[in-house]
Amino acid sequence: MIVNGKKTDFKPGESLSEFLKEKGYRIEVIAVELNGEIIAKESFDTTLLKEGDVMEVVTFMGGG
Amino acid sequence: MNDKLIIGGHEFNSRFILGSGKFSPEMTETVLKNGGVEMATLALRRVNEDGNESILDYMPKGITLLPNTSGARNADEAVRIARLARAVGCGDFVKIEVVHDSKYLLPDNYETVKATEILAKEGFIVMPYMYPDLNAARDMVNAGAAAIMPLAAPIGSNKGLATKDFIKILIDELDVPIIVDAGIGRPSQACEAMEMGVDAIMANTAVATAADVGLMATAFRLAIEAGRAAYLAGLGRVLEYKGEASSPLTGFLRD
Repeated sequence: MIVNGKKTDFKPGESLSEFLKEKGYRIEVIAVELNGEIIAKESFDTTLLKEGDVMEVVTFMGGG
Repeated sequence: MNDKLIIGGHEFNSRFILGSGKFSPEMTETVLKNGGVEMATLALRRVNEDGNESILDYMPKGITLLPNTSGARNADEAVRIARLARAVGCGDFVKIEVVHDSKYLLPDNYETVKATEILAKEGFIVMPYMYPDLNAARDMVNAGAAAIMPLAAPIGSNKGLATKDFIKILIDELDVPIIVDAGIGRPSQACEAMEMGVDAIMANTAVATAADVGLMATAFRLAIEAGRAAYLAGLGRVLEYKGEASSPLTGFLRD
């Protein structure tokens, strides 16, 4: 699947939570959009990933 | 004295809003402290591969975070960024910034009105960054903006109050807080804007490009406080065509 514009490996069927934890993302400082939809943090455990998914993982940076 | 800045029902003692760009993480803490800042903007971007530090680690507890929609070139992109920012979980404030002019970085008022309407309906506390045009500002207020943020001069320019007269019109005609954002280069300019009746100042480059960044944050804090006090005190009248003695006109040491 694509994450932040790059092809990324994942375990098909794993949850968003598992994926983010594996990749070392800090859940408390990020937001996730999957296939154009923002996923609420409460749903990270129950959202399952599949081939062809397009994900954006974003965070705050200094700016403005 | 109870002179709080109230935006979207939230109260602030400080009238200095900091743009957090252009600072190292450590400098961010110093500037926030020296500036007495209670609200700071943040940008939303894709997570970097490297490192696990976050700017949020450097934001003191109690700071109100103001995500901006920088990067957005139209209303739809601004709305997407705002929704993602809120999904991080740091509150409902959003600064709408829609720019598709890469030379002057002027905001698109029309797209900003559209984004304001959508986001205000979704419960965001919307603070639109705009080019000072009374008609556009009225549209933003009617669309639900909690404040209006007119630019003084192009972002990052340090040019000062180029749009002073048109900011004054917004102060005279609108009931929401007017926050000058972008282009202020010196504390004296921030002071001047506050003396005029502006409710708060947002600055970034003016502090970040100073020789002593921490000290400049202090200077801005003092200037904004001075300008506000002067405004509340009521400026003295200006005599355009004559002078008026300041010392007694009798008892001179002569006959």
